[in-house]
Amino acid sequence: MDLLLSRFRNLLVLVIAIGAQLLLLAWQVQSGNDVRLIRVWAVTAVTPLARVIESVRGATAGFFSDYFYLLDVRDENRRMKAELGRTKLENQFLKSELSTADRARALSQFQSRSPSRTIAARIIGNGTGSNSKVVFIDRGSTSGVLRGMAVITPDGIVGKIIDSFPTASQVLLISDPTFAAGVISQKNHARGTLKGEGKPNCFVDYVQNEQKVDLGEWFFTTGDDRVFPKGLPVGQVTTARQGKNVKEIYVTPSGFQNGFEEVLVVIEGIHQPIPEPQTGSKELKMLTPPPEEKPADPATPASVPAAGTDADRLLQRYKKIGEAGNHSYGTYGSQPPNFNIDPNDPKYRKPAAAPAAGTPANPGSPVPATVKPAVQPPPAERPAP
Amino acid sequence: MAEFSTDQLLTDAPRTSRIAKLRPAVILLAPLFAILFQVYVPQLVSYLAFLELPLLVTVYFALMRRSPIAGVMFGAGIGLVQDSLSHQPLGMFGIVKTLVGYFAGSVSLRFDVDNTYVRFILAFFFFFFHQFFYWVLARALLGQLIDFNPQQTLISGLLNAVVAVPLFLILDKMRVTE
Repeated sequence: MDLLLSRFRNLLVLVIAIGAQLLLLAWQVQSGNDVRLIRVWAVTAVTPLARVIESVRGATAGFFSDYFYLLDVRDENRRMKAELGRTKLENQFLKSELSTADRARALSQFQSRSPSRTIAARIIGNGTGSNSKVVFIDRGSTSGVLRGMAVITPDGIVGKIIDSFPTASQVLLISDPTFAAGVISQKNHARGTLKGEGKPNCFVDYVQNEQKVDLGEWFFTTGDDRVFPKGLPVGQVTTARQGKNVKEIYVTPSGFQNGFEEVLVVIEGIHQPIPEPQTGSKELKMLTPPPEEKPADPATPASVPAAGTDADRLLQRYKKIGEAGNHSYGTYGSQPPNFNIDPNDPKYRKPAAAPAAGTPANPGSPVPATVKPAVQPPPAERPAP
Repeated sequence: MAEFSTDQLLTDAPRTSRIAKLRPAVILLAPLFAILFQVYVPQLVSYLAFLELPLLVTVYFALMRRSPIAGVMFGAGIGLVQDSLSHQPLGMFGIVKTLVGYFAGSVSLRFDVDNTYVRFILAFFFFFFHQFFYWVLARALLGQLIDFNPQQTLISGLLNAVVAVPLFLILDKMRVTE
């Protein structure tokens, strides 16, 4: 037994080490728990050093660039170049200061404008792993940062806190393949789930093919995921096409577009309405309403409809035929109308007014001696004996 | 260009070659520096993100100790610390680096690991193995569909091997030979 153990000692140690880690991994995946103690040790060991290095780097970079620059200037031209160098250096410094101030001002303006309560944080490092999109920020649980809080910039969402340590927190960026958030399009209100792909662009999943999404349309957070407050910008659509089951939509995240050295952690999120889409021109020119149409002949009664349709024309034709044949529709005993005549023929036209017998209605107008029906009615058929 | 025979690359007997003893400070600080580099430097210089210094340090320690058990310990330790700084469950880098440490320790018993060419080839091989096995584990154990680009991994492996040679020389200066 001892011989066996000593012979396979290396392999045994390997199997034990791998087996222990596999068990640890299985337990974490199965239970969803985390071995927090090891993480706290590692992060607490590494992030303060990263902060110190960052501070030292900033100070020494400024010092050395100043020193070497001035040395170089003195060698080339003591007076003129030194002055120019100082000016350039000052300019660079002021630009850098201005840029920092701009970013800080943008953040503070956004902070004051936003109804949500946020705190500013600075990115101090990347997470390990070749495909992961994780960064560390210099705010931790001592600053009130907790797991599940949203991380944003004034331009849009950036990620969410996946772990909080005393001195730092870990942020899962929206471009990470494991990231997901509920989003809605601004114009067409198509709801979907934003997913990272490890690439600069993100994918919006679960939007049905029937729903319309335009290129350049903005997506906003819905607040359904309970991480991001509703109404935060996510990004603009760069690709929208029909997919196999659901629409294939890619958006360019807006939170990264101006760099993200400084971010805001949403301590208390407040939902906001999704802003209305802006049209190209806000002012809309409208013509004055057209004038009301008046009847051309005031004598024409307004109630008489013009013969607009075929049915109207047919009705008028039958009326004229009825008048020409002294037929009154709907009454019993009058002569039946002859529908074969042309009612517009002058000989069938009825005089304007029926004068009394022997008395001319109008003394100047000719009076017909006898009014005969234009077409005689067919003789009544006698029944055969 | 120097020519090497098989005898020069292979050690005659495992125990005749030198076993490097590393100072405790180096054992602690070198992995910490490597992990700090991976956490901090890509933030400033993004194209240095391909460097896997914790892996190179693991390979170096395992090769120099010439012991698979020491390699397993180094690999598991460095891998677990690396896991702690990632958002993956603990054990992914741990398992992969444990295997790398074991194989590096085993290989060191057969090869002359002080040779620059051998170091270059081993660094390249272990980088590719590390990346590939991590991808396999992520798919198999966590069900994550991570992209694996062999061409890019080969190029990253070559670059890591190029960095490994001077890095190992620097670490050589810090060891105490028995």
